Amino acid sequence: MSRNPDRPLSPHLTIWRWGPGMLVSIIHRVTGSGLAVVGLAVLTWWLWALAAGPDAYQSFATHASRWYGLVVLVGLTWAFWQHLLSGIRHLVMDIGAGFDLRVNKLFAVLTLAGALFLTALTWFIALGVSQ
Amino acid sequence: MTGEGSSTPLGRVRGLGSAHHGGGHWLRERLTSAALVLLGIWLVASLLMLPGLDHKTVAGWLRSASGAVPMALFVITAFVHAIDGLKVVVDDYVHEAGNNIFLNGLILFAGIGGMAVALFSLAKVAFGAAA
Repeated sequence: MSRNPDRPLSPHLTIWRWGPGMLVSIIHRVTGSGLAVVGLAVLTWWLWALAAGPDAYQSFATHASRWYGLVVLVGLTWAFWQHLLSGIRHLVMDIGAGFDLRVNKLFAVLTLAGALFLTALTWFIALGVSQ
Repeated sequence: MTGEGSSTPLGRVRGLGSAHHGGGHWLRERLTSAALVLLGIWLVASLLMLPGLDHKTVAGWLRSASGAVPMALFVITAFVHAIDGLKVVVDDYVHEAGNNIFLNGLILFAGIGGMAVALFSLAKVAFGAAA
């Protein structure tokens, strides 16, 4: 599909008024892409290191526990919970429910708050157990 | 060429399109997402409930069927969902046919390749061949 440059583009991100539904929709894409690329790369590296033996696994664990590794892991945890919750929101909307503006806005805000809460809870448990 | 039971929007598009895939890709993305809600929560909960995340503990966990089988399901479903999801993003933003095919091809090859590496590693651990 080629575009005729003389014709105007349809309105895009810059023109719409921002709202929770729009924000969550975009975050769903960003977190999904991040999980697909970074998340699966980390998962594959982790399984590969596990199969390669204790030395390779230790190298993974060392990187994972440094500050940049923790930033990636906490980021992936948030992306996981956010994508899961906004994904459930999308499944509900796919069956034609939740389009009432007030309900739609509320669910969008709830996925944002829920993901932050579950990320904090996950790391609270993770750090509590490893002590 | 609308068949019986075509009262829903999905029912009307199933089997249509030039490749006769219709809503097949759309539907698979939803079905894998529903599976990943369960498998994803299983993975996070399992990691949190392990007594430690050292090589010996994790390898021992994945040597059991109750660890290895859901992990294999997670790996396969996550990679399929990632390939499907990234394709939607690419198809939305990359309209030039050559670039579109190149990027979707890259995603497909990297996705299947990553899945093969992850499954090989998991099998090696599960069958006790990890060093």
